[in-house]
Amino acid sequence: MSIRVIRGPLISSKLRRAVRLGLRSLWLHRLRSLLTVLGIVFGVCSVIAMLAIGEGASYEAQEQIKNLGSQNIILRSVKPPEEQKVSNNQNNYVLDYGLKYTDITRIQATIPGVMAVVPARVMREYVWNVTWRVDAEIVGTVPWYPAMRNHHVATGRFFSETDQASAESVCVLGHQMARTLFPLEVPLGKTVRVGQGYYRVIGVMEAPASMAKESAAGSSGQPAADRMFIPLETARRRYGEILFKRRSGSFEQERVALHEVTVKVDLPERVLPVSQAIQELLLRSHKKKDYDVVVPLELLRRAERTKQIFNIVLGSIAAISLVVGGIGIMNIMLATVTERTREIGVRRALGAKRGDIVTQFLIEAVMLSGAGGAIGVLLGISIPFVVSATAGMKTIVTFWSPMAAFTISALVGVVFGLYPALRAARMDPVEALRHE
Amino acid sequence: MQDVRRTYRMGNVIVEALRGLSLTIQPGEYVAIMGPSGCGKSTLLNLLGCLDRPSSGRYLLGGDDVSSMEDDVLSEIRGRRLGFIFQSYNLIQQLNVLENIEVPLFYQGRPEEEARGIATALARRVGLESRLDHRPYELSGGQQQRVAIARALASDPILILADEATGNLDSGSGREIMALFDELNAAGKTLVMVTHDPATGERARRIVRLRDGVVESDLARGPRG
Repeated sequence: MSIRVIRGPLISSKLRRAVRLGLRSLWLHRLRSLLTVLGIVFGVCSVIAMLAIGEGASYEAQEQIKNLGSQNIILRSVKPPEEQKVSNNQNNYVLDYGLKYTDITRIQATIPGVMAVVPARVMREYVWNVTWRVDAEIVGTVPWYPAMRNHHVATGRFFSETDQASAESVCVLGHQMARTLFPLEVPLGKTVRVGQGYYRVIGVMEAPASMAKESAAGSSGQPAADRMFIPLETARRRYGEILFKRRSGSFEQERVALHEVTVKVDLPERVLPVSQAIQELLLRSHKKKDYDVVVPLELLRRAERTKQIFNIVLGSIAAISLVVGGIGIMNIMLATVTERTREIGVRRALGAKRGDIVTQFLIEAVMLSGAGGAIGVLLGISIPFVVSATAGMKTIVTFWSPMAAFTISALVGVVFGLYPALRAARMDPVEALRHE
Repeated sequence: MQDVRRTYRMGNVIVEALRGLSLTIQPGEYVAIMGPSGCGKSTLLNLLGCLDRPSSGRYLLGGDDVSSMEDDVLSEIRGRRLGFIFQSYNLIQQLNVLENIEVPLFYQGRPEEEARGIATALARRVGLESRLDHRPYELSGGQQQRVAIARALASDPILILADEATGNLDSGSGREIMALFDELNAAGKTLVMVTHDPATGERARRIVRLRDGVVESDLARGPRG
């Protein structure tokens, strides 16, 4: 088998010959070589693949969080746990919880750095288009919601200040919902029915970047693929403050002023202080813990930290398997040296210096580990593609991870091949010639 | 060689392989070293070949005192000035005929084309030009030894050392090899061979007999008639 190794003029012919010789030795015993480097192949491949999957997951998570807005703080009304047990009661018991309009005014008035506040009310209703029906979340919110949440209209328009002021019966459909309710026609200008009320469709939202994004935006905590936006005033007038919920026979009445409030902070550095201020404010003004404060920036940081820990664990696994692979290489090289004792003696008789012998066997060791690294890199790069294609997960193969992994595996060859090579060189030629 | 001694330890036993041996070999000589087993002829050959160093005494090769040189220098000398031929050929199985011949040149760092040219010429000289890409296991014993001889000649050495060169060969191949030796010596090469076979020894022009680590007799023979 002949292999042409393309190298620059700086590499002496001696080195080139040695490399070719090493390759030939490896090829001669290819099964043995392959088994030897399995440890390295596994280590390199798994590190690259898992890094890619991890990067992809982290990227998705971060995109998700970024879509909530890294300068946003999201406040949610949460049904307090103690009251949940009482919901079986059939009395006219009004459960009053959650964020109030006064909270908003107080936040805007007292906390510096608050740039904008987007309140939202959410009702769960059936929405009809003639015969098509969707169980949807109706979100009553303000005209600047799209800007704040970075979720814009695809066709038509969002409602305006005037719509809000005059409590117009207009709505903007979520992407998924529009498709379900209007499979055959363009929704713009058509009317949908919610209970007794009719709303004119003036816009359709764009599809979210990922399904997870939609669920992160759902205020009730349930994945809400189908959402419809109406002006907050309209929601207020139509639905009042008290919502009736019919669940398996019993009545529930909840008074929730606002289900969700998004607060935008002017500077990134202020986000954490502002969130703390808000928490204190709410703590003082609310009797129970009927709200939740989500700081996307904090989530982002936490996600980063998780990723770092993940990478450290990954690195440790890789290090261990590389050591295992290296020991395998040392083992096989020691065997090779013993096998070729006679040959070493002959080479020495023919003029090889100790350094020549070291080089010969070191090159073989490095080629072994390098080959293992190369195979590992190839596998490690292809696995994420397969995973992406079949599981639909995003994976990101960075440039430096295969490069680093390959370099490190070559280094492993040097480190673990050194001892056998030195042993070979230190052999007494006379003894070696007498061997076997 | 002047008053060369070589003593080494085997386990608890101290073995004096050579005890004050003195020997001078001129360029162009054809010497056979003979003697009973244990007489020290292998040790002598190793010393002559710079594969080993004397415990005491001096060894001058081509005027240079090699008895106290460092390992790297000795390696150089072996590569450039000496040629070895072994009883079991000792060819490198992974290399073909041409590459085997080139090995000494490779260790001297000679450029590929130059090495290739020299090796091809030598292969032709020993009659193997049709088998340049064969591997050792594809050759007969006699052919392998011829490759070894070509290899020994690769760096144009001042001294060729042969250790029982025909020991593993049948009489026919053995004769061929001895004929080659005659040719080489006739061309001016200095040849020193170790043998226990009297018939082989007769081919040389000077027979040095060893016994118990010293020279027992040193007889020059006349030109062969």
